[in-house]
Amino acid sequence: MIKLENVKKEFQGVTVLQNIDVTFENGKTYAIIGSSGAGKSTLLRCINYLEKPTQGKVWHDDVELTQNQDKLPLIREKCGMVFQSFNLFAHMRAVDNVAFALKKVKKMNNADAMAIAVEQLTKVGLAHRLQNYPHQLSGGEKQRVAIARALAMDPQVMLFDEPTSALDPEMTQEVLRVMKGLNHTGMTIIIVTHEIKFAKEVADEIVYMDKSEIIEQTDTKTFFETPQSARAKEFLANMI
Amino acid sequence: MKIDFNVILPYLPWLLRGTYVTLQIAGMAAIGGSVLGLLFGFSSRRKDFFGIVVRAIVDFFRGTPLVFQLMFFHLGLPQITGWVPTIMTSAGIVFTLNSASYLSEVLRAGIESIDKGQSEAAIALGVRKLDIAIHIIIPQAIRNVLPAIMNEFITLVKETSVVSMIGASDLMRRQSIISGTTFHFFEPLLVVGITYYVLVKVLSLAGRVIERKLRYD
Repeated sequence: MIKLENVKKEFQGVTVLQNIDVTFENGKTYAIIGSSGAGKSTLLRCINYLEKPTQGKVWHDDVELTQNQDKLPLIREKCGMVFQSFNLFAHMRAVDNVAFALKKVKKMNNADAMAIAVEQLTKVGLAHRLQNYPHQLSGGEKQRVAIARALAMDPQVMLFDEPTSALDPEMTQEVLRVMKGLNHTGMTIIIVTHEIKFAKEVADEIVYMDKSEIIEQTDTKTFFETPQSARAKEFLANMI
Repeated sequence: MKIDFNVILPYLPWLLRGTYVTLQIAGMAAIGGSVLGLLFGFSSRRKDFFGIVVRAIVDFFRGTPLVFQLMFFHLGLPQITGWVPTIMTSAGIVFTLNSASYLSEVLRAGIESIDKGQSEAAIALGVRKLDIAIHIIIPQAIRNVLPAIMNEFITLVKETSVVSMIGASDLMRRQSIISGTTFHFFEPLLVVGITYYVLVKVLSLAGRVIERKLRYD
């Protein structure tokens, strides 16, 4: 279980998150949606502490991160993250991108790490791309390498930060297909996305954000059929 | 006076052994300067005390002439400290810090050229900062600024010639001794010039090879 308690985040005096109280239960899939600049990505980045909250608490089960920063590496190891801009290691082949953290963090030997890397890349449909460098891959392929890289660590939580925003529609589909395959496999999945249709399809719950705050958090069906707040109604009206 | 290489022939082996002194200083400075330069490059933006010290060192070594630094360290400071370093110690320290100062700026440019996203991805995977620096940032940073680094090394090899000012018997110093005894300047100077040229040529060819090795496409 992940829980943010009264989290606030400021960047040089500008508030980008405030009054954030939210719980993500194990094994469920969450979609964080809302217009650009609402603070969705920042919220996601507070979960694995890529952003340090200005105030508030971040719980991972019974570990509170702001007080236990020595636990950070452990928490990060169990939280996989996928970024909008892929962030692959440009000087490593696809297979080395996936194997790197296995060797450095999980201290695996080269053969074991490579075996897992090949397995994960095969799962995302990239068995033919193992030896390619990132710049030789398409956007969709890059993002699938990034997903394989995160999954290789055998995480309990997957954080997706607008994973398809930099992709064209066709590539978006191949990435969404891979993500769909992860749904309800036991992992907690939190997705920041603008793909409303996809959110509706895979998410158990929707977290709707606007202007640095969480406006609504309900199960997906309720959110799309009977949104409570005026802002959510307006947001959905603009989407269709 | 007529050009006569026979006059300097007996001195030639001794003259060329000066290359060893030149290479020793350049080698020390290249290795020490690279390591320190990376450290400086990573920390010159820091706001803490360490950052201030690094910026002060870089500022001093880029702001004063190398000859001055060498003489100040070897002849000036012992007057206060009472410690008289050997010529090679002084040369090693000054050239290392001088190279580190110039290289730190070049390397900083390289470090800053790497998209922050890659570090973030590594952090999110739980990779330690040191591993990120060594395995993610440094290899790419060096590759991006390799031509500028090779420039620094080339300058370094030639700049070592000022150690003759504090009495090190490098190539230039040996040339001036030979010229002083034989009254022949052209011949030993020509040999010295060719020697430096060959050293630099080898270095820049090595740079090309490394550049090719570091490519990943």
